[in-house]
Amino acid sequence: MSINYLTPAFLIERDKDRCIDCQVCVRQCANEAHRWDEEEQRVFSEDANCVNCHRCVVMCPTRALHIKKFPLEFRNNANWTQDAMRAIYLQAETGGVLLTGMGNDRPYPIYWDHMLLNASQVTNPSIDPLREPMELKTYLGRKPDFLKIKKGKLLEDIPPQLELDVPIMFSAMSFGSISLNAHKSLAAAAKKVGTYWNTGEGGLHKDLVEHGSHTIVQVASGRFGVDADYLKTAAAIEIKIGQGAKPGIGGHLPGEKVGEEVSQTRMIPLGTDAISPAPHHDIYSIEDLRQLIYSLKEATEYQKPVIVKIAAVHNVAAIASGIVRAGADVVAIDGFRGGTGAAPLRTRDSVGIPIEFALAAVDTRLREEGIRNQVSLVVGGSIRNSSDIVKAIALGADAVYIATSALISMGCHMCQKCYTGKCNWGIATQDPQLTKRLNPEIGAERAANLLKAWAHEIEEMLGGMGINALESLRGNRLMLRGIGLTDRELNILGIKAAGE
Amino acid sequence: MLKEGQIRIPAGCAISGIMNKKGELTSGQDIIKSIAVMHDRSNGLGGGFAAYGIYPEFKNHYALHLFYDDKKVKQETEFLLNKFFSIEQAEPIPTRNISAIKNVPLIWRYFAKPKVKEMALYESESEYVVDFIMRINSEVEGAYVFSSGKNMGTFKGVGFPEDIGEFFRLDEYKGYSWTAHGRFPTNTPGWWGGAHPFSLLDSTIVHNGEISSYDANRRFLEMYGYKCTLQTDTEAITYIFDLLLRKFGLPLESAVNIVAAPFWSKISRMNSEQQKLFKALRVVYSSLLINGPFSIILGSTNGFMALNDRLKLRSLIAAQKGDNMYIASEESAIREICKNPDKSWAPKGGEPVICLLDGKESLYEFDQVDENEFVRHSVAL
Ligand code: SF4
Ligand code: SF4
Repeated sequence: MSINYLTPAFLIERDKDRCIDCQVCVRQCANEAHRWDEEEQRVFSEDANCVNCHRCVVMCPTRALHIKKFPLEFRNNANWTQDAMRAIYLQAETGGVLLTGMGNDRPYPIYWDHMLLNASQVTNPSIDPLREPMELKTYLGRKPDFLKIKKGKLLEDIPPQLELDVPIMFSAMSFGSISLNAHKSLAAAAKKVGTYWNTGEGGLHKDLVEHGSHTIVQVASGRFGVDADYLKTAAAIEIKIGQGAKPGIGGHLPGEKVGEEVSQTRMIPLGTDAISPAPHHDIYSIEDLRQLIYSLKEATEYQKPVIVKIAAVHNVAAIASGIVRAGADVVAIDGFRGGTGAAPLRTRDSVGIPIEFALAAVDTRLREEGIRNQVSLVVGGSIRNSSDIVKAIALGADAVYIATSALISMGCHMCQKCYTGKCNWGIATQDPQLTKRLNPEIGAERAANLLKAWAHEIEEMLGGMGINALESLRGNRLMLRGIGLTDRELNILGIKAAGE
Repeated sequence: MLKEGQIRIPAGCAISGIMNKKGELTSGQDIIKSIAVMHDRSNGLGGGFAAYGIYPEFKNHYALHLFYDDKKVKQETEFLLNKFFSIEQAEPIPTRNISAIKNVPLIWRYFAKPKVKEMALYESESEYVVDFIMRINSEVEGAYVFSSGKNMGTFKGVGFPEDIGEFFRLDEYKGYSWTAHGRFPTNTPGWWGGAHPFSLLDSTIVHNGEISSYDANRRFLEMYGYKCTLQTDTEAITYIFDLLLRKFGLPLESAVNIVAAPFWSKISRMNSEQQKLFKALRVVYSSLLINGPFSIILGSTNGFMALNDRLKLRSLIAAQKGDNMYIASEESAIREICKNPDKSWAPKGGEPVICLLDGKESLYEFDQVDENEFVRHSVAL
């Protein structure tokens, strides 16, 4: 083997006084960062293999383990950082595209953290959610321009709607990119809380058909697992055009991850690569999208809302407007910080725009065109907590999509190695030894708890603003003030500066 | 300092309304007395009245009341008025000199009819008149149309309401329905247009409260061409009712069930037919839910409606004696002019008190054009 120019990224510190050589870490680590030495009868570390997923740290019975950044000092250089150099060593060695998992980790501004919320004082009362009703119910779907009512009766039914008890849904993660147990956890959590989960592009496993009423099924460029039953089982159908982590790029699930279950669910032969082309090969323009929307509606007898999901790119506002006119009932926008199971690093880190800007621009544009009320707007791409959600709704969203936060609730520690298939938390893997670590009942409970906790926090913040129904916050940008933003940024967000 | 419309100013208030169901006319004295009792709910920075039935001799003309900053803008506006309307009569609105009322703008009224040939591009006469008013108010700096109905008028300004009433000589007018407003803004723009009632055609609104859904409501309204130039709740509420009743042609009960929507828990207990309707109203018009405390009196030619927010976060009392109906923020304001009402009660949150002239079926009249379409009559009495 030629010399590897790479130095380890992490240092495993094992406290000798504490370690009892029980080998738990050895068994827990799929990356083989811990090794049992038969001869010496003790455990050793392979720092270079460590991805810092914390599995061993959490599982070690004596708390003997610490993971640190490898204390290797390069000469200070603001330009040639450690990351920049490591990338080159790696590519020089492999000649390949750099891969990564999860969302953009670069230090771009996070606009949620530059917006502050309002609260009532004196001139109108705040509302105590423990005493007064507080309504988070949200309906997603197409709304007619006006209702026809005669003698107290509705003359025409409104188009189909998704009913959400909390304004938060689980966004698309395919079976293949994450485990069946992760899917089971999400589906059960969605049902428990009264919201929806999304299959992603990998089809719906037969065990999950029973959760159909809380399932959004995805139709992506690879069309994996799509047939009439798949569409009919679902509560809604999502056409995936793009994804925030890799706008303009397709997907590739390597053959080794296509085992029996994945192959059946995706409806592809065992062990073959599952390749999702970058574009839909039947959508080269907006008219084509319209055709796909309407074929899906025809196939489901106009009983299910159709969502079109796009990545937040530069002219997202105009694209969204076209999608509304093409007949979508819900537009989902995924920001550039959105997660992924695998993406080329350079694409992930430098393509797309922040969801905060995309949302503000789309909402404003649709209002200028007088069509905002026809559709629902769902945004995702790194919603980290309940105040991000409140801010998103005040900017103009109907609801949010979360994925990374849901995975974190189930144990993900953000090591960004999802693409290796060796997720020690049993999430982004198909290895049966690893997937069994995620108990779907516990996973469901944890994910449901997260949504419930956030719902309570949203109620608190709404009450503080003197609002008792979420719809009165939607697009209510007066409830936001910017801090540390330029005039231009305030303008795009359509909000005033703090103090104004 | 920014004036109303350039900045949003929260305000507390007092409201009051009197109406005779038989349409008998009374002078403005009672309503002035009633609102004067609630003196402490205003702070001298805004007061006003709406009166119905006061211009019988011009009942088929729009009575346009305007404030002008100066003669130049008056000339400019009158040029536009003459272009789009035939003016039957133009005159300064008569006032009394009162020491408490200062910085008086030029106040004029015009009895006018739209010019038919200019109207061709509009769906209806009301659409035409509304568009004209919106344009004057948003585009002509220093001119402001503050009343535009037929056989009715709004009178308002900066001052305590009782002083404004005296200033406008309301004791000399006779109407069958009166509403009044005293304002307690937390900031002083000192601009006459910012006082209430707010009115559009023959709809007037007096309102007490600060709504927390303002920007959600405003941004929805703007999609339908409304320009919320004053940035006040009252303006937004007026447009909401105008949109629902006039443009969408919804029945008043439906409009009420949109702005003060029943809670989902209540909807879930309704029968399936009702559930379908109430769900549709909340889902489709969710952006028009008025959230936060309010009590309002919505006046029209046919009568008025009083309504509280769905949690009843603002006080509102109703009373009746014979053919007279009374509404006020405080009971004392009613007792002042009607010692022993036949009955008095506090309407529940979200439950409207609707009071109509005898023989009228709803606050606004609808015309059935075809099977399912409803279009409102152009504001004729
Ligand atoms: S799990 Fe902890 S105690 Fe067990 S061998 Fe590893 S470091 Fe030692
Ligand atoms: S899902 Fe697993 S592999 Fe991916 S970041 Fe989380 S812990 Fe790491």
